[in-house]
Amino acid sequence: MEKTWNNKAWFLVLPVLLLVAFSAVIPLMTVVNYSVQDTFGNNEFFWAGTDWFTEILKSARFWEALQRNLLFSFIILALEIPLGIFIALNMPKKGIGVPICLVLMALPLLIPWNVVGTIWQVFGRVDIGLLGHTLEALGVDYNYVRDPIDAWITVIVMDVWHWTSLVVLLCYAGLVSIPDAYYQAAKIDGASRWSVFRYIQLPKMKRVLLIAVLLRFMDSFMIYTEPFVVTGGGPGNSTTFLSIDLVKTAVGQFDLGPAAAMSIVYFLIILLLSWIFYTVMTSSDADT
Amino acid sequence: MARITLDHIRHAYGSNPQSETAYALREVDHEWADGGAYALLGPSGCGKTTLLNIISGLLHPSHGRILFDGKDVTDLSTQERNIAQVFQFPVIYDTMTVYDNLAFPLRNRGVAEADVDRRVREMLEIIDLTDWSKRKAQRLTADQKQKISLGRGLVRNDVNAILFDEPLTVIDPHMKWVLRSQLKRFHKQFGFTMVYVTHDQTEALTFADKVVVMYEGQIVQIGTPAELFEKPSHTFVGYFIGSPGMNVMPAELQGNAIRIGSETIALDHSPKIAAGATVELGIRPEFIRLGREGMPVTVTRVEDIGRRKIVRASLAGQPISIVASEDTDVPAEARVTFDPSALNIYANSWRVGREA
Repeated sequence: MEKTWNNKAWFLVLPVLLLVAFSAVIPLMTVVNYSVQDTFGNNEFFWAGTDWFTEILKSARFWEALQRNLLFSFIILALEIPLGIFIALNMPKKGIGVPICLVLMALPLLIPWNVVGTIWQVFGRVDIGLLGHTLEALGVDYNYVRDPIDAWITVIVMDVWHWTSLVVLLCYAGLVSIPDAYYQAAKIDGASRWSVFRYIQLPKMKRVLLIAVLLRFMDSFMIYTEPFVVTGGGPGNSTTFLSIDLVKTAVGQFDLGPAAAMSIVYFLIILLLSWIFYTVMTSSDADT
Repeated sequence: MARITLDHIRHAYGSNPQSETAYALREVDHEWADGGAYALLGPSGCGKTTLLNIISGLLHPSHGRILFDGKDVTDLSTQERNIAQVFQFPVIYDTMTVYDNLAFPLRNRGVAEADVDRRVREMLEIIDLTDWSKRKAQRLTADQKQKISLGRGLVRNDVNAILFDEPLTVIDPHMKWVLRSQLKRFHKQFGFTMVYVTHDQTEALTFADKVVVMYEGQIVQIGTPAELFEKPSHTFVGYFIGSPGMNVMPAELQGNAIRIGSETIALDHSPKIAAGATVELGIRPEFIRLGREGMPVTVTRVEDIGRRKIVRASLAGQPISIVASEDTDVPAEARVTFDPSALNIYANSWRVGREA
């Protein structure tokens, strides 16, 4: 059969191109547009060139927020990924326990983010919160409003509580897709529990783990709602992450230009780091 | 190397089997000789894999014992039984190289590295993957992967038995022949007891000294390929072995003659059958002669399959198949005669012997 060569295929991708254009490309371009201009309201804009970018990259405030954000994402990944794998490994594979565990795991994911923030905000309060009050009664000096370390612990524990389930569910999906024959073959080969994990379960979970790491990295790097509700970025600036800083600049101070420039820098950082993660985690697939 | 004794083994997957049909394995009581090559043959769901997993220790039987060389191993783990098993679909450790895959079962057992190296190299040679030894196993084709699975089973030369669970399902037809003859060669060379599960009769018949035919959780016959062909002890064996399968027709016994519809065939003995039993007559299509003498048949279809013809016909209202040589012409008023030595009489599906 003769192959026909024409450009009709473009019509087939047109709908998705339009969708992506309206949902992503055009808003992004608007932000690019703002980032190179200055405005004093009245819909009057002045060309600012790369001034905003220079200003941001030179500001200590930006670098501090970025460092806090990187540290936060690192801690989140270091806690949630191993914990998620551990829980997934110990979840039942069949029987009545499966639906119960799955529902329990899904619960935190179903709660709106600002509600999660509010729950923990109340939960941790020393005067009326169950956690805060109990800790105080036990003689632990805990106050997330006053102490930066306590604020960090609260925000991290909250995120672990909220999002570890996602890692668990992804890993569990990877685990149940492993055919029984693998475990049987491992028994025949005399493999230890650790070998089974190292050579069967972990490689089979790799794809879902990659997704889990990327999702948790991007989400934790973009975190806004929960710390905003719990700490409002404080005490001081100790929990002011990039997005909180961004919103303060854009909405609080109405500096559209710098905020837009920040957004772009911020977007590029996420893109770059995600690409690095992806490359590193898939590179071991290549043949040696 | 071991003699395997299956002592009244029964198995049910549910915890509380209510009826006989709830058993995946109804009753297996046999002894398999040391160094024998056995093929477990049967349709899907007949309990072949269940029996295999009981032998390897992946499953614990609900009832009965299993012995290796007279020693009870029922409660021993797979590892303690020292069994190798190859599964239907290739199981390879993706992240390891081909070499490490083969070394894995040896290293797990603490074999000295020099020994490991020698045996793995030998095995690479045998399965013809020497050039691939440093490659990651993940990228190989399905039959290369299955060769690795086979190799992991064979690399331990001290195993009690090697069990194969339809290992050639995913292999290309031409590779099947190669691998099958290699397996036969290893068997001769190492002399291990070999159990081979399959639902492909050609595979079973060419491969094994003894074929174990299973049907609905029972072993219906253990025999050499010739025995299965000439004296199927159950109508299922007759039907399952051979292509086309044996003709089985409802019949009526009258002393030393047997009647099919209005036709009567004289027998040279009078089989003893309990009253009320369902009697059937079985004859292989190969032992029916088509010509102008004998019982009249109506030919419905002639299939030419190259060197032979398969004639589908009906005799006294019963469909029968006849295998005839290529140059046989099918007469308009066809008649058939049965080779008297090839007649098998069945009572309630089980063969009635001459002596019985």
